Amino acid sequence: MAKTLFDKVWDSHVVKKIEKGPDVLFIDRHMVHEVTSPVAFLGLRNRDIKVLFPEKTFATADHNTPTRNQHLPVKDYLSSKQLKALEENAKYHGISYWGLGHEKNGIVHVIGPEHGITLPGATIVCGDSHTSTHGAFGAIAFGIGTSEVEMVLSTQCVMQPKPKKMRININGQLNEAVTPKDVALFLISKLSTSGATGYFVEYSGEVFSSMTMEGRMTVCNLSIEMGARGGMIAPDDKTFNYIRGREFSPKNENWDIAMEYWKTLKSDDDAVFDKEFTFDGSTIEPMITYGTNPGMGISINSGIPSSNQHEGNKETFLKSLEYMDYSEGDKILGKKIDFVFLGSCTNGRIEDFRAFTNIVKGRKKAPNVTAWLVPGSHKVEKAIKDEGLLTILTESGFELREPGCSACLAMNDDKIPPGKYAVSTSNRNFEGRQGPGSRTLLASPIVAAAAAITGKVTDPRYL
Amino acid sequence: MAYEKFNILESTAVPLPIENIDTDQIIPARFLKAIERKGFGENLFRDWRYDSNNNPKKDFVLNNNKYSGKILIGGKNFGSGSSREHAAWAIYDYGFRCVVSSFFADIFKNNCLNIGVLPVQISPKFLELILERIYKDPLTLIIVDLRKQLIKIQGSEYYENFEINNYKKNNMLNGYDDIDYLLNLKESIKNFSKKTPL
Ligand code: SF4
Repeated sequence: MAKTLFDKVWDSHVVKKIEKGPDVLFIDRHMVHEVTSPVAFLGLRNRDIKVLFPEKTFATADHNTPTRNQHLPVKDYLSSKQLKALEENAKYHGISYWGLGHEKNGIVHVIGPEHGITLPGATIVCGDSHTSTHGAFGAIAFGIGTSEVEMVLSTQCVMQPKPKKMRININGQLNEAVTPKDVALFLISKLSTSGATGYFVEYSGEVFSSMTMEGRMTVCNLSIEMGARGGMIAPDDKTFNYIRGREFSPKNENWDIAMEYWKTLKSDDDAVFDKEFTFDGSTIEPMITYGTNPGMGISINSGIPSSNQHEGNKETFLKSLEYMDYSEGDKILGKKIDFVFLGSCTNGRIEDFRAFTNIVKGRKKAPNVTAWLVPGSHKVEKAIKDEGLLTILTESGFELREPGCSACLAMNDDKIPPGKYAVSTSNRNFEGRQGPGSRTLLASPIVAAAAAITGKVTDPRYL
Repeated sequence: MAYEKFNILESTAVPLPIENIDTDQIIPARFLKAIERKGFGENLFRDWRYDSNNNPKKDFVLNNNKYSGKILIGGKNFGSGSSREHAAWAIYDYGFRCVVSSFFADIFKNNCLNIGVLPVQISPKFLELILERIYKDPLTLIIVDLRKQLIKIQGSEYYENFEINNYKKNNMLNGYDDIDYLLNLKESIKNFSKKTPL
């Protein structure tokens, strides 16, 4: 029977099928961080068992770490306790741990691909919903809860019913200044934040095949924001070239064996999806959000919809505008902003810093804007310096911070103050996500760069 | 982690019919710093429940003593956002055993089932009806019968059936968790691992 890419990877990982129940799915790679793991490790201790396959689990510290003075002890007592717990747990169970200050440290979903942990055809999980990022390599990757983290630590499996399958095709060429982030925000605005709930998405078409690996990661990262379990893209030469030679990727004859398998990883021509959407890439504009969920996105040149135009609950919609202090029909262009956040597992890779720098080069940061530029990993940080981007950024009035999740979820000190507006390249604009009372406008690195220069929402094409 | 068995729940309910309630509202990230699974109920809906001086906000339903009970009635697309199980823990720890909505986000639903909170998905129409009854009379009892997969408004002819997979249903009825099940499969998992190339 014809199979989709998703079927091929899923089916080959099923240890056992439970009738009228979930599948027992074997997990190849497990990423662990300090926030969602302590209770899981505690569970193992209570059952008096050890991690079954420690070599398949990789731990890093990223969620609540400071982005300044990482060489000093972490000041926040609770954060430092979580970090210490992870370090001890990793040591006790023999798991590799790339803690604060380690050269391989960074956001889980940035370091996995960087070191060849993320591979095509693998099943990858982590206690963080944006695990979907790794799907860019043709892996099945999804976020899990802490009970499941405990399951994977103790048995290397999760139990889940097989999701339905959706394919999203985007053909044509993207316009100038339209980035992978805009493609994703466009899709979420079309499908809504629950449009893909219950599905696993495969992205296909010209737009994705001509995208860089970094771009594909951005798109897959945001799959979860339309409710999908995850998203994936069939691996191609770009994928293989990216992986080749990285620390944990297969070497020599193992590489050849892996390649044989990887080349089979695409949906059969006659494979059937439960749902399919097709869009024309040339209709997508630079996007920005105006509300409190990622589905509330519009093209940067249009107005905020009125509650009548909005599908869904009117009260919820108006509550959201009230939170943002925006009115129906307002133009989003020209809205004043206070903060810019470049970073996160959505847009914290080197390509994002290149795009941002390209816009601010030869210009100056607006004096009323506070900008937090946070690389996704030390590797990204090093590239920023090596490529000379830091010099340009400094000349334009920006400073670079140390890697971590930072203002994406504001568990550390990087909190947007109440009532302030931030143009953020991260993934969620929920009420208070970036700090209590903070107001978030999600956008691409270049829209963020334009806003950092002018101090207001600006179309980068007319800067 | 073991949890209370779930069989028949008969309780008043708390109405919170907002759409797209996300995990950051259920429990803001800054309260995720614990290394044990305790005390999350205090911070359930923290920013809706308390103002910046930690005073209860009068207009929020959890601060309205007209409404109480073990059932939370949410709006469509409940639990979207992060995979943090802390959201489900906060709901459980506060005292809810069941969340009713016309639509749930995937990971959240799964997390609930793993820790003993029953997510009950019903039609938008029935959801409206339940809300209407509760607003009219906050003492209205809702009956959730897991064995029969049925939710009913006490003292009325209104009920609906809900879906849950058999395996999870059994787990909840017995208070079992997946790890007990998986640990029994350990040998076949080990054998399976030898076949996987990665
Ligand atoms: S950057 Fe944000 S979304 Fe990504 S792993 Fe960190 S907290 Fe999660």
